[in-house]
Amino acid sequence: MSSKLKVQSSKLVGSLAAFAAFALSIFAQNDGSQQNKTGRAGTFAIVNARIVTVSGATIENGTVVISGGKITAVGPNSSIPSGAERIDGRGLTVFPGMIDAGTNLGLAEIPLGVDGSVDVAETGNMNANAKAFKGINPHSSHVNVTRVNGITTVLSYPNGGLIAGQGAVINLNGSTQAEMAIIPEFGLVINYPRLAGFGRGGGGGRFGPQLDFNQLVQRRDAQIEELKKIFHDADMYAKSKEAYAKDKTLPYPATDIRLEAMTPYIRGEKPILFRAERANDIKSVAKFVTDMKVKGIIIGGQEAWKVADDLKKADIPVVFTNIYQSVVRDDDPYDYFYSAPGKMQEAGIKFCISTGDPGQEVRDLPYQAGIAGAFGLSKEDALKSVTLYPAQILGLGDKLGSIDVGKVANIVVADGDMLDPRTNVKYVFINGKMLPLTSRHTELFDSFKDRKAP
Amino acid sequence: MKKATAYYLMLLLLVAGLRLPAAAQSKGQDVLIRNATVMTAVKGTMEGTDILIQNGKITKIGKGIAAPAGVKTIDATGKYVTPGIIDCHSHTMLDAINEGSLSVTSMTGTRDVLNNTDITIYRALAGGVTAANILHGSANSIGGKNTTVKFKWGHPIEDYPIADAPPGVKFALGENPKRSNSQPQPGVQPRYPQTRMGVIETDRDALIRARDYKQQWDDYRAGKTKVPPRKDLELDPLVEVIEGKRLVHAHGYRSDEHLNLMLLADEFNFKVATLQHGLEAYKIAPEIAKHGTGVSIFTDSWSYKLEAYDAIPYDAYILWKNGVVVSINSDSDERMRRLNLDAAKVEKYGGVPEQDALQMITLNPAKQLGIDKRTGSIEVGKDGDVVIWSGHPFSPYSRVETTIIEGETFFDRQLDAQHRIDMAKEREALEKLDVNRAPGSGGGPPRIPAEKRQSERDRSEFGEDDEDGGGNNR
Repeated sequence: MSSKLKVQSSKLVGSLAAFAAFALSIFAQNDGSQQNKTGRAGTFAIVNARIVTVSGATIENGTVVISGGKITAVGPNSSIPSGAERIDGRGLTVFPGMIDAGTNLGLAEIPLGVDGSVDVAETGNMNANAKAFKGINPHSSHVNVTRVNGITTVLSYPNGGLIAGQGAVINLNGSTQAEMAIIPEFGLVINYPRLAGFGRGGGGGRFGPQLDFNQLVQRRDAQIEELKKIFHDADMYAKSKEAYAKDKTLPYPATDIRLEAMTPYIRGEKPILFRAERANDIKSVAKFVTDMKVKGIIIGGQEAWKVADDLKKADIPVVFTNIYQSVVRDDDPYDYFYSAPGKMQEAGIKFCISTGDPGQEVRDLPYQAGIAGAFGLSKEDALKSVTLYPAQILGLGDKLGSIDVGKVANIVVADGDMLDPRTNVKYVFINGKMLPLTSRHTELFDSFKDRKAP
Repeated sequence: MKKATAYYLMLLLLVAGLRLPAAAQSKGQDVLIRNATVMTAVKGTMEGTDILIQNGKITKIGKGIAAPAGVKTIDATGKYVTPGIIDCHSHTMLDAINEGSLSVTSMTGTRDVLNNTDITIYRALAGGVTAANILHGSANSIGGKNTTVKFKWGHPIEDYPIADAPPGVKFALGENPKRSNSQPQPGVQPRYPQTRMGVIETDRDALIRARDYKQQWDDYRAGKTKVPPRKDLELDPLVEVIEGKRLVHAHGYRSDEHLNLMLLADEFNFKVATLQHGLEAYKIAPEIAKHGTGVSIFTDSWSYKLEAYDAIPYDAYILWKNGVVVSINSDSDERMRRLNLDAAKVEKYGGVPEQDALQMITLNPAKQLGIDKRTGSIEVGKDGDVVIWSGHPFSPYSRVETTIIEGETFFDRQLDAQHRIDMAKEREALEKLDVNRAPGSGGGPPRIPAEKRQSERDRSEFGEDDEDGGGNNR
C-alpha cells in the first residue's frame, strides 16, 4: 500500500508545488494553520454575517462569538472579546449545525460485500444491551464527509432483530467514541412488529409463504405479545433487584445484562425508538406506548400524518426518514413522501426530518429537508426540521439546534441557503472547535485534479 | 372465477384512471409557452421569453411571439423552462433486467420486456424526465441491447423507442459480472468469469469471435465462399459494435478496468460510447478524453460497495475540465425523479458553470445516446421536449409544473391534483364492491402481485439480488 502511494506521489512531483499552495490556501481560508483533524479550540468571532438563529428572527448583519465550546454572544452589536480570532462573515450566513436523528453512521463503512466493515445488526431477537456507542468507528470516512456538508450531530442506532439495542447521539468529531458522545445510551430501538409484508420483519418475505390478512394480523399480534412478555420479564427483573437492595436477606438475584439494559426504558426514563412506517403499525405503537406507560419516538413514520391524533395523544414525536424513498403503491401520488412532512406539520405532529441512511449519504440531509420545503412545508420549518426539531426530539433542545447564547457551539457558516445543493459550507464548528473542511473526498480530489496523461 | 374477473376489471379501470390525462391529450398538440425564464442549455438563460412548439418541434423562441390560431397557451410568468431531462442509465419499464445465465447475452434486448404500464414512467415525468436509456443489467460481461425511449405515458409501447436513436449494448466490468455480491447456489459451479482478469478476457473472446464471424460473412459476400455462414444472434450485435454501428455502454467503477476496456476497443478499432458509473473516471480523465469516450456518472453516490469507495463528488468537475462529455444518470426509479438536484451539486463540487451543469442532464446524455440532433436543448428545430418548473430547477424548493414531450403534455401538476380527487372517488366505489371486502366478511385473500415491486428494484442499491437472478445493477 505504502509503496503504491509512493509511486503515485512521485508522479505528482511536477505539480507538487501547485498542490501544496492549494492545500495551504484551503487551510488559510478556514483557520490559518495546519491542524489535526479533530479541529482547533479557541475564541472565535464571526463578524458581519447574516445569522439564521432558527429559534428567533434572522439577524441580517451581526456577530456570533464562540468561546469555551459555547456560543457566548449573538446579535447585531455584540462586543468581541479581546484576543478573539475574527472571521469575516460578509456574504456568509451562520446556521446551527444540522442534526440527523435516524442514521447508522459509523456502523457500516461499506454495506455491500465488505461484511467486516458492517456492525449494524446483532444476531438474535433481544439485544437490549447492544450499544451503537460501542460499535461506532470514530475514524469512519463517513464522519468527515458528513460534517463538511454541515451536519454536526447524528443519532446512530443498531437495527437487528426485535429489540435491536441502544442508539447513541454523537457529534461528528472526536478520536474516540467518548469524545464523540453526547448521549451514549440515548434510546432503545425496537423493530416494531409489522402487519404487512414488504421488507424487514413482515410478510412472508420474497420467498416465504404467502399469508392472507388474518394470518398477518395473527403473526403481528403474536410478536407484540412476545414484546410485552420481554417488558414484563424486565419489569420483574428490575423489581427483584430493587427488593434485594432494600432487603439483603433475600436471595441475590442473578444479573441478566439484557434485561438490566431494559430498566430505564420500561420505566419511561428514556425513550424507546420504534421503527414503524405504515399507519396501522404506527397506530399500534401508540397503543403499546400508552398501555406500557413508556416514552416513544417513531423512526420511519412514512404514514404518520394519517394517525396524528393517536400520536399526539400518546405524545410520540416522529423522526421521518428518507423522503427520497420510492412510493410503494402504484396508486399513491408521486409526491406521497415529499409531502408527508408538510402534512405532519399541518396535523400538529412533533417531527423532524432524517435521511435514515446507513452513513455515506447522511450528508444529503439538507436536500431531503429542501424537498419537503417544495411540497407543503415552509422553508423556515424545513430548516427547523433538521436543526431545532431534532434537537428537541433528542431531548437536547436547550443545548443544540439554534444560534442562542449558552448553547453548544455546533455552527455552520455557508455562502447561501444551507438546504440548497449549490451552497458551499465555509466553516464548521463542533463543540466550539473549528474543523478542517477536508474529507476522503477532498483528499482524493487533491490527488487527482491536476493529473496529466503521461 | 367471476369474482377474479371482476377484480381484474376493476384493477384495469384503476390503471386506466391513472393514465387518463395523457390519453385525453391530442397527439402533438401545438403549444405556446409564454414569458418564462428559459434555460436553453446551449445559449444561456433568457428572461421573459416565449417558446412556440408546432407539430412536435420548437419553431420559435423569442419575446412576444404571436399565438397562431388554435394554439394552446401556457402562461409561465415567474417560472423556469429547461429542456426535458434525459437519464442515460435506467432500468425502468423493464419486466426483467438481467439475463444473467451466460457471460455474454448480446442476443437479448430490453425492447422485448418494456412495460408501458409501469407507474415509474409517470413519476419520472413528474421529475422532469422525458427520455431515458433503458439498459440491460450488469450481471454479465456483455449484456443485452438497450432501448432509447421517450416517456410517452399513455401511448402504445411502439411510441416509446426513439426510432432514429443509434442502437447500443451493455457491457459490464468489476464486481457485478464477477458476481461478487450474489449468493452462490449450493452445488452449482460458479459462472465464469470470477475475476477481473476473466471479465476482460470474456470481452476479448467475444469480440474476436465477432471479428471472425464478420470475416466469414465478408468472404461470403465477396464471393470467396459459396456457403453462407450460420446466422449468430449473439455475434450480430457485436459485429455492429466493431463496425461502429452500435454504441457500447460499459458499466464499471475502477479506473483500471475502464482503461483496459478502452485499450481493448482500440484493438478492434471502435470507441466505447459511454463509461457508465465511472466513479473513478476522474483518475484517468486525460486518457478518457483522448479516447473520445463519454462518461455517465452518479454525482455523489459512494461507499456502498468496495469498488465505489474511491468515488468522489468532484468526478464530474475533473472530467469536465478535461473536456470529457459528462452526463449524470440515476440507475434508479427513485433517483430519476431528482436529477435536477444532482446536477446542482456539480456547481458546488469544483464549480462547474450552471449551463454546463444543466447540460449534464440534458444535452450531454443526448450526445452520448446519439439523439442530440433532435433533443437535449431548447433550440429551433429540435423536438418540443421541455419542462416548466415553479422556480430555478437547481433549487430544492422548486417543483416540476408541466412536462411536455413533442408538444404534448404528459405531466401537469394541476391535472395531477384533479386526478387524485377522481382516483379517491373511484377507490371508494371499488372498496364498496363485494369482491373487495375484507376476508372474513366475504372477500377473498389479497392478491399478491407477481411482478417485482418498485421498492425492491431500488433496494438493489444495497445489493439484494432481484428475482430474475440479476443482482444489483449499480
